[in-house]
This record gives sequence, C-alpha cells and structure tokens, in this order.
Amino acid sequence: MNSGSCSSLMEVGYDHHHHGHEELHVLAVDDNLIDRKLVEKLLKISSCKVTTAENAIRALEYLGLGDHNQHMALTNNNLKVNLIITDYCMPGMTGFELLKKVKESSNLKEVPVVIMSSEYIPTRISKCLASGAQMFMQKPLKLSDVEKLKCHLMNSRS
Amino acid sequence: MDTLVAQLQRQFRDYTISLYHQGFLDDQFTELKKLQDECSPDFVAEVVSLFFEDCEKLIGNMARALDQTGNVDFSLVGSSVHQLKGSSSSVGAKRVKGLCVTFKECCDSQNFEGCVRCLQQVDIEYKSLKAKLQDLFNLEQQIVQAGGRIPQVDI
Repeated sequence: MNSGSCSSLMEVGYDHHHHGHEELHVLAVDDNLIDRKLVEKLLKISSCKVTTAENAIRALEYLGLGDHNQHMALTNNNLKVNLIITDYCMPGMTGFELLKKVKESSNLKEVPVVIMSSEYIPTRISKCLASGAQMFMQKPLKLSDVEKLKCHLMNSRS
Repeated sequence: MDTLVAQLQRQFRDYTISLYHQGFLDDQFTELKKLQDECSPDFVAEVVSLFFEDCEKLIGNMARALDQTGNVDFSLVGSSVHQLKGSSSSVGAKRVKGLCVTFKECCDSQNFEGCVRCLQQVDIEYKSLKAKLQDLFNLEQQIVQAGGRIPQVDI
C-alpha cells in the first residue's frame, strides 16, 4: 500500500471553513486484532474515516515512508492521513519509533500522533510527549476517550 | 400476568447483572455495548467471538512454549500473556484479565509451576466466560424472536 499525498499543498489540518464537511482520516496502528477492531469502530462512530495497520512497518509503507517507496510520489487526496493513533508496545518497531519516524519526515511531521498503551508508565508517557506525540491515551479505549481526542485535535487546529 | 417477553427480559437483566457482580465482566464490556448500533447490530458478538479465538490461539502458544521441558522460553510465554491481557482488558473480560496479571508475574519470575497453574486457570476461565456469554446472546435472540426489545441494563 502506498501513498500519502506528498504534495507541498498538503496541510494536515483542515481549514475551518471546511470544518464539518471533511472527515478526519485516521491511521490506526496496533498489533492486537481485537484492539484494532475496537479502535476502528470507535473512530467510525465518531465520523472518522479509518485505515488500520497491524504493525509500524505497514503503517510507514502506507504513509509513503517505507523503504521501498520513497521514490513514489503519489498524489492521492483520499489517502491523506490527518491523524495517526498507535499502540506503544508492538513487536518489531514500537509506536515510539514510529512516532519518531513520522516527526523526522518533512512531509508528515505535522500529522498529529497519538500513542496508546495498556500500561501507565509516566516516564514512557513523557518520553512520547517530548518526542512530539500529541496525546497519550490509556487503553482500553472508550467512546468518551475518542470524543476527548477529537475535541483536543479541533482545538489545537483553530 | 407476565408475558413471555417480560419474563425473558427479566431473565436477561438478572443474568447480565450477575455476570458483572460475579466479576466475569467489567465496565469495558458496557463500553463495547455502546458501540453496537444499527450499522453493526452484532458488534459485541463479533468482537467477543474474535476474543475467544484469540484466547484459543494464545493459550495454544503458551502451552507449546511451556511444553519445552528444561528449555522453556518464558519471554515467549510472557508475550502471549501480554497479548491476552490486552485483549481481555479491551473486551471487559475481568477474570481473564486478572489471571493474566498473575500469569505475567509467574513468567517474569520464571516460575514454571506457577505458569502451568495459570495456564490451566486461564483456559478454564475463558471457556466459562464463553459459555456464559453464549447464554446471554441466546437470551437476546429469544427476546427478539418473541417480539421484544433487549432492555438496557444499568449496572
């Protein structure tokens, strides 16, 4: 899967004139199938368009940051991701490493990244926030968490 | 006079409450129910079914790892326990999750007998929950078939 529009006009936020007309496209990354299903449903109920990935490598490929498709400049507005929500603990590349890769990318560094974890480890949380994570969310996720997330994102855009 | 629907609804309500009070389910299960709607009327049943499949698979992995007598890879067992703890937490399977906490401690301290005991308990517990939820879903179906609505149960 490749893509992610790399056009220089890509803005991750949406300008508030279109607020409400444009759906947030969220990339949700989690190695646990049940958690993927849950986060997908939570986001869809909150009117988001959702793409899921089962690990960080697949997520990077989808975002156009994978090793094999750095030369592919695909402009596809449908694939533009407005938010990445990722689990912290994943085999292979962790959510923290994914966060760093996104923030290092000139194309994607403005995309907010939210980290989720089932463990509450304050040093882990501050490490993620210090590396540019928008927010940390404790699992298991509830509907009210996603509502809070949306508010937080909308406020940080306007 | 108590109609069939009213009787079934009462049974459903009582059974649901007992599952929470006996600690089989916690409020994450309630959160799952909030996600069920006309677009996905079987959401809870689907997720729960995936969860039980996951249990079977992970328990199989753990059993195989523990079977390597003299050469048990406790970190492998531990990573399956971590997965199971996550899934059980996400669906509100309170007892299974609780057992996973103990199980993880046994893995971390490389306590073989403890791990074997935990594995047995987790196996029994998920099967028990599976049977109870099946009974609950059956009650829902009976209510609907009798022309009634599934009551909202406040715990």
